[in-house]
Amino acid sequence: MDNLSVDHLIGIKDLTKSDIELIFKTADNFKQIINRPIKKVPSLRDITIANLFFENSTRTRLSFELAEKRLSADVVNFSAASSSVKKGETLTDTVNNILSMKVDMVVMRHPNPGAAKFLSQRISAKVVNAGDGTHEHPTQALLDAYSIREKHGEDFNGKKVVIVGDILHSRVALSNIFCLQKLGAEVMVCGPTTLIPKNIKELDVKVEHNLRKALEWCDVANMLRIQLERQDIKYFPSLREYSMLFGLDKALLNSLSKKITIMHPGPINRGVEITSDVADSDQSIILQQVENGVAIRMAVIYLLAGKIQRD
Amino acid sequence: MEKRLVLNSKHFEITLKRLASQLKENHQTFENTVLIGLQPRGIHVLERLKHIIEQDLKKKLQCGQLDITFYRDDFRRREQPLIPSVTNIDFIIEGKDVVLIDDVLFSGRTIRSGLDALLAFGRPNKVELLAFIDRRFKRHLPIQADYIGKVVDTLTNERVSVEWKEIEGEDKVVLFTQKKTNG
Repeated sequence: MDNLSVDHLIGIKDLTKSDIELIFKTADNFKQIINRPIKKVPSLRDITIANLFFENSTRTRLSFELAEKRLSADVVNFSAASSSVKKGETLTDTVNNILSMKVDMVVMRHPNPGAAKFLSQRISAKVVNAGDGTHEHPTQALLDAYSIREKHGEDFNGKKVVIVGDILHSRVALSNIFCLQKLGAEVMVCGPTTLIPKNIKELDVKVEHNLRKALEWCDVANMLRIQLERQDIKYFPSLREYSMLFGLDKALLNSLSKKITIMHPGPINRGVEITSDVADSDQSIILQQVENGVAIRMAVIYLLAGKIQRD
Repeated sequence: MEKRLVLNSKHFEITLKRLASQLKENHQTFENTVLIGLQPRGIHVLERLKHIIEQDLKKKLQCGQLDITFYRDDFRRREQPLIPSVTNIDFIIEGKDVVLIDDVLFSGRTIRSGLDALLAFGRPNKVELLAFIDRRFKRHLPIQADYIGKVVDTLTNERVSVEWKEIEGEDKVVLFTQKKTNG
């Protein structure tokens, strides 16, 4: 029988196509479970998981916590704002202190790219990356692809997905590109020239600076948020100008020749990248993405926990 | 491996018919009864019994398939991960008489997990167990079946395989025995 080829989930880059398919198949079962009257299974009742969030989050953090609880794992939460990190403790020290309280798995979000990999090389617990700076956000990419699979079918070959917005600062974009390409889909990125990484073509993606052309090409559009908190310099004149050129509104959506699917990893800035009537329309699967997030995270945690060896 | 035929296709059919009759005796019209097959192999027993009883009573029975993977007690104690099958129960079993159905009853651990998994669908009035093959004397838990197709006395290192004409091409039950080396 299959098993994941990795011991930690650091990025989609390390996964194989069959890993991703195994996660999807396992998530199918969990999706069914979370729609039952009793949404809980006892599989992980002897596992303790620490959620370490060194950066703000609502969706991802709640989603991980729910996934862990629905697998019956014990959960401890930690956020940088209220911890000793402020007193000057290093990442390895912080985590090692938590691990000496017998924690089996660590879910971590951190502002520095590579933080999850760094940690996985230094501790014995399993590490799940919940976003490391501008690098990767693997569970988000998995749930995005899973939502596309749910709506458009299992075969990704020939599916066209455009990722619109702040590609430069987006870990969601990078993970999504890896994930969709491994599954066989074609990927395009669209945004102002300043927000598209210079060497993006090396990843074998199409680049387009005209939103209408990009939307006419695609089956699915993933609209990203402008990450103002990561932008240390001005990348475009004003949000208003950005939203005029790269914001998606109902008029543009209705004028397209086919019905495309709209996705958004959240949090939405309504009126900037998409307008409210698009976000709430029947073409949007934004809330399905959130629901699938719990199932995908249950699958990832379940499969990684299966690799924890007993002494 | 030595093979020994435990049930041929004729006796296989007779056994299924007898089990169906026993179920009818106890459940009469099946008004408040649901049949639940355990994944992966118990569902074949369920399908056959359902077919026999439905033809007889000329009405549909309420049936489901239950996967117990996430309720097992040997997660992380085996080499390979446990890959789940589909659970298909689209009703609540609150207050129902449930018949759990599996092909081989051995250690009883699968049934223990099944009872656990069942609770996610409500509190049944009563749960009964039907096992097509009962490997008696090999139980790890105090669990016995209410309906038994055939009792087989086995050693722990032997294996009983229930084969179906829908899958393996022929209805039969085979007992595999490890050959003794050096006599």
